[in-house]
Amino acid sequence: MTNGSTMHLDDRLGADGDDFYHHLMEAHEGLSLEQSQNLNARLVLIMANQIGDIDILKSVLTAAVEAGR
Amino acid sequence: MAHYKYEPFDYVTPPEVAGGETRQYQVAIIGAGPIGLAAAIDLALHDVPTVVVDDNNVVSVGSRAICWSKRTLEIFDRLGVGERMLEKGVTWKVGRLFHRDHEVYNFDLLPEDGHKMPAFINLQQYYVEQYLVERAREFPDLIDLRFKNKVIAQDLADDGVTLQIETPDGPYSLRADYVIACDGAGSPTRHRMGLRFDGHTFHEQFLIADVDMPESPFKTEHPERWFWFDPPFHNGQSALLHKQPDNIYRIDLQLGPDADAEEEKKEVNVLPRIRAMVGDKPFTLDWVSVYKFTCARLERFVHGRMIFAGDSAHVVSPFGARGGNGGIQDTDNLCWKLAMIIKGDASDALLETYDQERRHGSDENLLNSSRATNFMTPKSQMEAIFRNETLILAETMPFARKLVNSGRLSEPCSLTGHDLQTPAEPDPAGLDPGMSCPDAPVLNQGKESWLLDHLGGRFVLLTIGDVALPDSPVEIDHLSVTTRGSDAGTLEDHRQFVADRYGDVTAYLIRPDQHIAARFEGAVSAAALNEALKRARGQQS
Ligand SMILES: Cc1cc2nc3c(=O)[nH]c(=O)nc-3n(C[C@H](O)[C@H](O)[C@H](O)COP(=O)(O)OP(=O)(O)OC[C@H]3O[C@@H](n4cnc5c(N)ncnc54)[C@H](O)[C@@H]3O)c2cc1C
Repeated sequence: MTNGSTMHLDDRLGADGDDFYHHLMEAHEGLSLEQSQNLNARLVLIMANQIGDIDILKSVLTAAVEAGR
Repeated sequence: MAHYKYEPFDYVTPPEVAGGETRQYQVAIIGAGPIGLAAAIDLALHDVPTVVVDDNNVVSVGSRAICWSKRTLEIFDRLGVGERMLEKGVTWKVGRLFHRDHEVYNFDLLPEDGHKMPAFINLQQYYVEQYLVERAREFPDLIDLRFKNKVIAQDLADDGVTLQIETPDGPYSLRADYVIACDGAGSPTRHRMGLRFDGHTFHEQFLIADVDMPESPFKTEHPERWFWFDPPFHNGQSALLHKQPDNIYRIDLQLGPDADAEEEKKEVNVLPRIRAMVGDKPFTLDWVSVYKFTCARLERFVHGRMIFAGDSAHVVSPFGARGGNGGIQDTDNLCWKLAMIIKGDASDALLETYDQERRHGSDENLLNSSRATNFMTPKSQMEAIFRNETLILAETMPFARKLVNSGRLSEPCSLTGHDLQTPAEPDPAGLDPGMSCPDAPVLNQGKESWLLDHLGGRFVLLTIGDVALPDSPVEIDHLSVTTRGSDAGTLEDHRQFVADRYGDVTAYLIRPDQHIAARFEGAVSAAALNEALKRARGQQS
């Protein structure tokens, strides 16, 4: 990783963790699986732009892929 | 408007067959496509004679390449045909992107002022080749153009190549010190030499049609580039619309991997597809073809005295217009080097830098073309979902527009970091060694002129503002640009574009292909200039 940017695997949301999870579920509420897939795609794209650092994005992608193995 | 008239070029019995005087050539070029012709003209401008052999005797049948980039036009201008192309070509700057039945966003390609050449023109490949042939004929002592001369074999030696050539009057052999193989995507030379051409062929098929249509389909006065994802007139696929001169429109329609190419090419099947797109405007078909696209390149472009350039060395899908435009940058890079070697001013090692620099350029083109083709042809349901949602976000979120990929249009390749360039600290106010020189308006002894008209064809020391010059003489042309300027050899930066783009009080060593070889801040010492010059000529590794 360059630019001193790091991917965080330790907790960063703290007390807001439950809150975030709740909002994420709420966003998907009442959606069909297909609609949820679409929402998730939009979320990934917007979040990627928010992160805005290709090195972090690459490690996030790798981490997600590895964790699912 | 009458369709383009294909005038066959005359075949003349070659002297080798006619029994006249034959000679050993310094350079033979296989193929009189855009790349081979540009190479012959460039070498002629360096006083290097060439013989160009082509198996055919007409320009490209059907339009094929239509979009020519600013960098290509600048190179064509150096070759003496840029203005003619610009005059005939359709200049466009605005692109619109549609998703289903509505516009998602639009973009302006060259928002800044102060360039002689526009971002892009559209001009049929047959015009480009015709103009290049006519230009080549202005060098009768230097360019020997031989149509209906088909190369059937090559024999490589350490000091040259012997070609076996077939003509209507029989075969002959021709020996040249160097051969440039510009024999296109299917390069018979490449095949005969058994060279690997690794890459990827996309299964997707595309219908490409040129349509003669007097009434413009665009809603605006200026021609534009329109691209659709999943339009109502062509469900689930992509479509592209572009204007060419003579009221010819280029239409690309994605057909999917399973389409029957022979069926799709039939007029009865093509007409309804186009009618669905342009409505009931009268039109006639000019040319139709169905393509699958490949992105591939040779591992090396230089094989001893055999040099590959253009499509013979690399092919890309056309999204981004990087095929012809990439090939023209090949010859731009190659010809001054080859001319120096032939004149004894450099060793064959300089050819290695052509290989290195243009493989890099080619990789850039391959990467961009492949990614565009991938975006256009989602391979899985999830890829389709991501593309669709990207298009939805693009309507309101500027960041997502950058992710929409309908082709990343050809840009000048930067050669930063390669051997010939003297590294410099990045400077936000200046240009990095390796970049191609941006143009700028200047005054030359009071007359309107362009900076690029004064660069290229030779090494130049370009100074901007009051730069301290070398303490002892260095053999190189010097071009000075100042805000005063008026004496001979000095250009006036009357609109400050040069200082804005290059920095003030800066000097550059410019290569014959208008790429920057070195940058000097404030002062140029003879030692530093000589060192950079030696390096740029490949005389030091
Ligand atoms: C549909 C389509 C759209 C395109 N759009 C664009 C675009 O918008 N912009 C762009 O920059 N590029 C575009 N391209 C790519 C562009 O057409 C090519 O990159 C370009 O033609 C390459 O030029 P070339 O001189 O290397 O090869 P070619 O143009 O293929 O010329 C090769 C020449 O070699 C000759 N030859 C072959 N074999 C022999 C032999 N044995 N002996 C002698 N001569 C021989 C052939 O007759 C031919 O004249 C497009 C291509 C296609 C197919």
